[in-house]
Amino acid sequence: MSRFIVPIIAFVALVVVFMIGLNRDPTYVPSPLIGKPAPEFVLPLLSDETQQLGTKDMLGEVYMLNVWATWCVGCRQEHQALMDISATTSVPIYGLNWKDDPEAARSWLVQLGNPYASTVMDLDGRVAIDWGVYGAPETFLMDAEGIVLYKHIAPMTMDIWTAEFLPRIQAAQKSAP
Amino acid sequence: MIPEIGQLSLIVALCLAVAQGVFPLVGAQMGKPAWVAVAIPAAAGHAVFIAISFAALAWSFLDNDFSVWYVAMNSNTELPIMYRFAAVWGGHEGSLLLWVLLLALWALAVAGFSRGIPVLLRARILGVMGLISTGFIMFVLFTSNPFLRLFPAAANGNDLNPLLQDPAMAFHPPLLYTGYVGFSVAFAFAVAAMLSGSIDRQWARWARPWTTSAWMFLTAGIVLGSWWAYYELGWGGWWFWDPVENASFMPWLLGTALIHSLAVTEKRGLFKSVTLLLAIGAFSLSLLGTFLVRSGVLVSVHAFASDPTRGLFILVYLAVVIGGALSLYAWRAPGLDREVGFKPFSRETFMLLNNILLAAAAGLILLGTLYPLVLDAMNLGKISVGPPYFETVFIIPMLPLILMIGIGMHTVWRSASATAVLRRLRAAILVTVLAGVLIPVFIWGWNSLLTLVGFVAGTWLIVSSLFDPVRRMMGTGPRITRGMAGMQMAHLGLGLCVLGITATTSFNIETDQRIALGESVVVGDYTIEFESTQMVTGPNYQAIRADMAVSKAGHPVTVLHPEKRIYNVQTSPMTEAAIDSRLYRDLFIAMGDDLGDGSWSFRIQYKPLISFLWLGSFVMTLGGLVAITDRRYRSAARSTDSAPEQAARANAG
Repeated sequence: MSRFIVPIIAFVALVVVFMIGLNRDPTYVPSPLIGKPAPEFVLPLLSDETQQLGTKDMLGEVYMLNVWATWCVGCRQEHQALMDISATTSVPIYGLNWKDDPEAARSWLVQLGNPYASTVMDLDGRVAIDWGVYGAPETFLMDAEGIVLYKHIAPMTMDIWTAEFLPRIQAAQKSAP
Repeated sequence: MIPEIGQLSLIVALCLAVAQGVFPLVGAQMGKPAWVAVAIPAAAGHAVFIAISFAALAWSFLDNDFSVWYVAMNSNTELPIMYRFAAVWGGHEGSLLLWVLLLALWALAVAGFSRGIPVLLRARILGVMGLISTGFIMFVLFTSNPFLRLFPAAANGNDLNPLLQDPAMAFHPPLLYTGYVGFSVAFAFAVAAMLSGSIDRQWARWARPWTTSAWMFLTAGIVLGSWWAYYELGWGGWWFWDPVENASFMPWLLGTALIHSLAVTEKRGLFKSVTLLLAIGAFSLSLLGTFLVRSGVLVSVHAFASDPTRGLFILVYLAVVIGGALSLYAWRAPGLDREVGFKPFSRETFMLLNNILLAAAAGLILLGTLYPLVLDAMNLGKISVGPPYFETVFIIPMLPLILMIGIGMHTVWRSASATAVLRRLRAAILVTVLAGVLIPVFIWGWNSLLTLVGFVAGTWLIVSSLFDPVRRMMGTGPRITRGMAGMQMAHLGLGLCVLGITATTSFNIETDQRIALGESVVVGDYTIEFESTQMVTGPNYQAIRADMAVSKAGHPVTVLHPEKRIYNVQTSPMTEAAIDSRLYRDLFIAMGDDLGDGSWSFRIQYKPLISFLWLGSFVMTLGGLVAITDRRYRSAARSTDSAPEQAARANAG
């Protein structure tokens, strides 16, 4: 009798392992940028390609950088969350429009709403490489000195915002002079 | 409009799948003939609506409808029409839809080609398949819908991954999936038998052709994938032990064991619980392969991170399907096997060892594939398991297995005399030792003991497979049925594969060369001259093509044209290797990088007997085809009112 139970027991053990594995990202490697100054860039603005915006302009307050593109499904999924977040917080969200068609990106913001303080264009993806981006969407959190505090891979949600971002933002704002 | 038709059809198909799953199963348990009768029409309707849904997606691709997100992600106006069709299964969503389509077609085949099978057994089989489909369609609809619209529509698509733009790759997934999904029939047979509580030799006879058919498709699919890797990936390797390959190979190993175990169950009424477990195992590993690897859920951060609900859904689905079957097994399997003795030296023993060794190989590969995941889940660090592990754990069970196959084939059921068998095979053993040792040493010289063992093992398989047919032709052997001929062909094919693998891995010449225009290099007996380069424009790519003149001892052999392509949309460089293929060797040239000053890097390989690998696999697949045309399956299909039906009636009544 007992030997016929072995397969189901082994299988249940495997399911438990998968259950644990499901909540872990098997290829997740913590960003080496955390605790370090954010890589610098100066890029043209999406809204006006003749104007430029750089990381230096973002210093002085806690800010977020969201990597997005119109070809990215996850970005579409997170867009409403970003709209909600930008409506409730004073922390500016900068957009890094990654390897995208500027025309499509502009119409995206018109149609779905614009949660970004400003969006810059990274047409050839070089800045994204500096930032260690390996898939959109990704969202970075920087303190007032431009030190990377946190990086979130995958679509932003309100849960992640309250659990991971808000506490770090409050701590960073408290410690700032 | 067309994508919406596809979506609606899929929803209708889901309802029919539920009907196909619930009514026949409940009806069979409760004894309600009207409910049982739902099985066939439901299966037919289910197949029709899935087909409509699939056709709608295919139409969206052919029509370049980039308002459909999945089409925009996987196609492009410049993509040749054949690949636009193949792009339907080029991504996660579409390949799942293909899976569901194939499942529906297998169920339709069961409904159509099994008139001899007792009504209750057939109803239960279709019911189980209906339930499998229900979960799958829900997964497609709720987490991986290929019909989602993109607003605003994309102007043009992202193009199909250039790696997949290849004729072999266009047909590889459908073949592989047909094999994967085909094991659902064996699985449904097993679950149906466990539900009825009775399993007999008739049941095994009915299940055999279905299992062998699935195995054939899987074999062909794996080989096509391997062949594709060989010439498209540009490295000249043909097997990499990566999770995707392992995922297809594990069900193949268990499916092979299942074929043999079913033979014992049919002929001798033995190994029933083993057969059931193998049937569950082969399909479970197919599911694992489809989900965990092909869809990239556990290996790729993007598929994973973008939608964690997928992972949870899959886990629940696997838990219900596999866990349900294994629970049923724990309940029903005890008491199935009777204590019928067979002597230590008998065909039963060889079949048992065969099952153990194949299952051990599959288990060790599964361990190597899952081990990194398990370690990570237990916070013990991140590791990866590479080819050295897989090669070792694969060769250890396989070598004794191969040597045993030749003896086992010539051993009778119940009880045999070892000395009599060996005496009868005297001539075969002599031929094997002479040919297996002398021919390779004469052609290539001495290499290593493992090489020698490989050649002897391959030769042994071929000689022992041909032993009975040759004796038959000489008028002294037994009559050979289609079933036996199929078995002999499959083992012969395996022998050819073993020879091919041994020769290729032992005597392969592989060299990376820097060659300037007009220069030539010598590889083995061949002189290869880099004559010129030219620019080539393909439908959706630009390429540089080299002209490489191959000669041997001053005589021109051929001119090869390796290419380096840049696809217009996904701008990744692709290597198109050029291969001069002969029965006894392949000459393989892949173009590397432009090193400036007119010279390029090339990878040149000389691969002896690699065609034996493809030929052997083909013969093996053909062997399966010959076996399923055996007359007794046709007569079995006609016989009615057998023991399981009576038992099922009694059970239901």
